[in-house]
Amino acid sequence: MSKASPPQSAASDRDLRLDLFRGLALWLIFLDHIPENIANWFTIRNYGFSDATEIFIFISGYTAAFVYGRTMRDRGFVLASARILRRAWQLYVAHIFLFTIFMAEIAYVAATFDNPLYAEEMKILDFLKQPDITIFQALLLKFKPVNMDVLPLYIVLLLVFPPVLLLLLRAPNVALAGSAIVYAFAWKLDWNLSAYPNGVWFFNPFAWQLLFVFGAWCALGGAGRLAGVLHSRGILVVAIVYLVFAFFITLTWRFEDLDRFVPGWLKDWMYPIDKTNLDVLRFAHFLALAAVTVHFVPRDWPALKSPILWPAIVCGQHSLEIFCLGVFLAFASQFVIAESSGGPLLQTGISVLGILAMIATANLISWYKGIETRGPVARVKSRDADLAGGEA
Amino acid sequence: MTPILAVLATIAFVGNAVAAESVPNCEVPDRLLPAENDLARVSKEIADHHRLDISVVGSRSSALPGPDGARFAYPTQLELALRERLPGNEIKVTAHIPQGQTTAEMAQSLPKILADDHPVLVIWQAGTVDALRGVETEDFRNSLDQGLDAIAAAGADAVMMNMQYSPRTESMLGIAPFAEVMRWIAEQRGVVLFDRLAIMHYWSDEGTFDLYAATSGYAMARRVHECIGRALASQIINAARLDAAKQQTTR
Repeated sequence: MSKASPPQSAASDRDLRLDLFRGLALWLIFLDHIPENIANWFTIRNYGFSDATEIFIFISGYTAAFVYGRTMRDRGFVLASARILRRAWQLYVAHIFLFTIFMAEIAYVAATFDNPLYAEEMKILDFLKQPDITIFQALLLKFKPVNMDVLPLYIVLLLVFPPVLLLLLRAPNVALAGSAIVYAFAWKLDWNLSAYPNGVWFFNPFAWQLLFVFGAWCALGGAGRLAGVLHSRGILVVAIVYLVFAFFITLTWRFEDLDRFVPGWLKDWMYPIDKTNLDVLRFAHFLALAAVTVHFVPRDWPALKSPILWPAIVCGQHSLEIFCLGVFLAFASQFVIAESSGGPLLQTGISVLGILAMIATANLISWYKGIETRGPVARVKSRDADLAGGEA
Repeated sequence: MTPILAVLATIAFVGNAVAAESVPNCEVPDRLLPAENDLARVSKEIADHHRLDISVVGSRSSALPGPDGARFAYPTQLELALRERLPGNEIKVTAHIPQGQTTAEMAQSLPKILADDHPVLVIWQAGTVDALRGVETEDFRNSLDQGLDAIAAAGADAVMMNMQYSPRTESMLGIAPFAEVMRWIAEQRGVVLFDRLAIMHYWSDEGTFDLYAATSGYAMARRVHECIGRALASQIINAARLDAAKQQTTR
């Protein structure tokens, strides 16, 4: 059978489905972040309203609650909070590291690319003229280059997570209701964090927290409470109908001929489908996807232990590292494609190579962590925090 | 000027001259020049008065830098293309290209432009500055609505033009949400959208232009503008139902 060490299944209560889908989401985020990429056609955003970001944030909330919830129950609020904040700090450092790479790329383009056709677009590089302000604003998470919005969202969500987690442990339904109320107010009152030089955060934390808290709520017993609903045939039918509907609507974005089948009133009601504020249609689409997935992929699905799925699972188990690697690889791929004016073949090759690099790195990290924990001075420490949860 | 520079300049000059003579093959498929939303005011003006006054309102990507930039930029190229394709009609294109104005600022200045020019058609190029400045898409949407209201109130037709396809700045400049808003508004209001983004993307895919090229020469930029001018003329002619056959029957 499989020669490689199977995905860490040591913790018996570990739900490998989370790792699997987070791993897949990381691959999709990587592919989606390369603008000129034929492989983008395979990513789920072309087949429905929600995309890999929803999966990533939901599972992150789930694992965060799963791991830090246990710490908070067993060891108290203070220690759990300290661990959560340490995690937020790691994410922050990772974000700044990615920002540095981005700056290097921009500076290179600014120095080498000079086409009068794009005199206006090149103005985006003007921030290089005031590095003092730009770098400072980046440190404040206000200046965020394109495609570098997910980590800042995640950082902010973790920063406020300790009290939320406490409430989730004491009164989960109250916490979830509170989260929904904040979401509603974000829509009603246009709450969002401000960005530099202008505007607001691309992923509005006041809106996206709903998905994170919902994930956490599911991890702390909510999923069990929902099990009856989730396994009812009626819900399954509704979910599938909605997914098919969303699929058809996304098709009309690509093929204008289909557009006339969408009645005007529906468009008026439906559009715009707002990603910044996590449109209800997107949230519902994610719920439908999750319901269908849970129905067809049981927790003890044998394939979860098979070598075919372990590449995705192992990536999902080291999500921070692999996420950062993915963003970096997306920058690098874009660069290679731009430098060589590459065609579909190159794009496909680069996409495959990028995913292979992610898998290899995840394995390397697994191997290293295995050695560390099995070593002579094995730290009993939180294996979970590094696997299921540290990777929250 | 050093001798080497002089030689280079000569080569560039000759290159330009050759380029200007050969008409670049930059056909655009019909699907990228949709004509469902019509330009009724334009058709009427051509039919009744055989003339067409167009105002172009846009930002720097509606112009070209350098000497004679205006002559080679797409507004003038549009004028030439329309004159060529609508003989016997008086065509005038006036360009208003204020530096670095957002759509909100342009919407503010539209009433004055409308009052000064009395255009039958306004071509409104928008979005790039807003993306550069990180304007909120909601505000962008409102500004477009406001400006389009003003144009409609002045009795003119409107064509919106979105951003350029710029692969080298794609990862730095987030134009997609703004392009989305423009597509949405075009559909909702029934306004013609000149999808510059998709058209230039098509040229890039087809190998018509190497938009990744790090050239500081003007030759390619001028050819691109010439092609934009001609594609824009085609879309206007399609949307205003001014094709040759129809023209003859109305005369």
